[in-house]
Amino acid sequence: MGAQLRVYRRRMRSVKATKKITKAMELISASRIVKAQQRVAASTPYANELTRAVSAVATFSSTVHPLTTPSENPKRAAVLIITADRGMAGAYSNNAIKEGEQLAALLKERGLAVKSYLVGRKAVGYYRFRNREISGQWTGFSDNPTYEDAREVADALIAAFVLDAQTDVSGVDEIHVIYTEFKSMLTQNAMAKRMLPLEVVESETPAPVGLLPMYEFEPNAGVVLDALLPRYIQARVFNAMLQSAASEHAARRRAMKSATDNADDLIKSLTRLANAARQAEITQEISEIVGGADALASASSGSE
Amino acid sequence: MTLKVELVSPAERVWSGEAVSVSARTVEGDIGILTDHTPLFGVLVDGQVSIEASDGSTTEFKVSGGFLSVANNRVSILTESVG
Repeated sequence: MGAQLRVYRRRMRSVKATKKITKAMELISASRIVKAQQRVAASTPYANELTRAVSAVATFSSTVHPLTTPSENPKRAAVLIITADRGMAGAYSNNAIKEGEQLAALLKERGLAVKSYLVGRKAVGYYRFRNREISGQWTGFSDNPTYEDAREVADALIAAFVLDAQTDVSGVDEIHVIYTEFKSMLTQNAMAKRMLPLEVVESETPAPVGLLPMYEFEPNAGVVLDALLPRYIQARVFNAMLQSAASEHAARRRAMKSATDNADDLIKSLTRLANAARQAEITQEISEIVGGADALASASSGSE
Repeated sequence: MTLKVELVSPAERVWSGEAVSVSARTVEGDIGILTDHTPLFGVLVDGQVSIEASDGSTTEFKVSGGFLSVANNRVSILTESVG
């Protein structure tokens, strides 16, 4: 076998092995999307009820609560960025990080310092490499977050929020979250949302039907709000994590599908090249034999 | 006339259906909800929530804190974990 043909065959073998891996990853991600979507759906009733309750309390009570009133002179903002722990998901993590950069630029324009809270190894790696300050980081659960994980993150954010940002350097006045919204199998958008202070009108959840009833609060609106808002933030963070997880799987499936398709194309063109090389080798051998036979024939006829 | 009851946790909808009465423990004490209860929003403490379904069966849940909201014969109980 000629050298050229051997090189082509070797490359084909390597591409085929890679294709097997990407194909397997594609199938795994595809099956996990469904599970992740179900978890998003399962967490929706809780989030909806909570949103409904928060808007009811915020609408019908005149209580001034630190979690709902914007600071008059905001100094710092916390930005929570949710990314993946692993790569091989196309631009998934990068999109979220880029969205974070945009939000940070926007906040800086308003004169706020940005404190970064990061979820997922990809964001942590990005910030570490650039020697940026990280206020909080959590890794290891990006593809399958639990409520406990969300609570840990949310509690850190709330703790920073309740500190007085005017006097305490670790206190923040605003909390923003960047996550990847799972719209469908094909569309996922990285988006930034302000979590605190509260924007009472929520567009992502369907508006409550009809007017909200006049609630009686037990024991009173202030206490209810105190108890409600941390849970609300936890549920929001949890929902953001679940959607991001579903998006991560969808992004990985798509990336792996195109990798598999590219491997197919590559194998096809390598096969063509290998065939041509083999044919060229055969042609050359034939012409060598024919040439050799001719030379032999003319040599023997000349000696007669 | 029955109550539409939903007991939900962050991970799943634990119970939903029609019920005759619901009782739970709020920070102010035990509370029982029947139909046409006035709109109420209460903070729950750790304890039992019992739901008497329309078919007469009673289901009890152990909840760890949470909220109870009642409006227009619709009762939602939100809790972080159900034991």
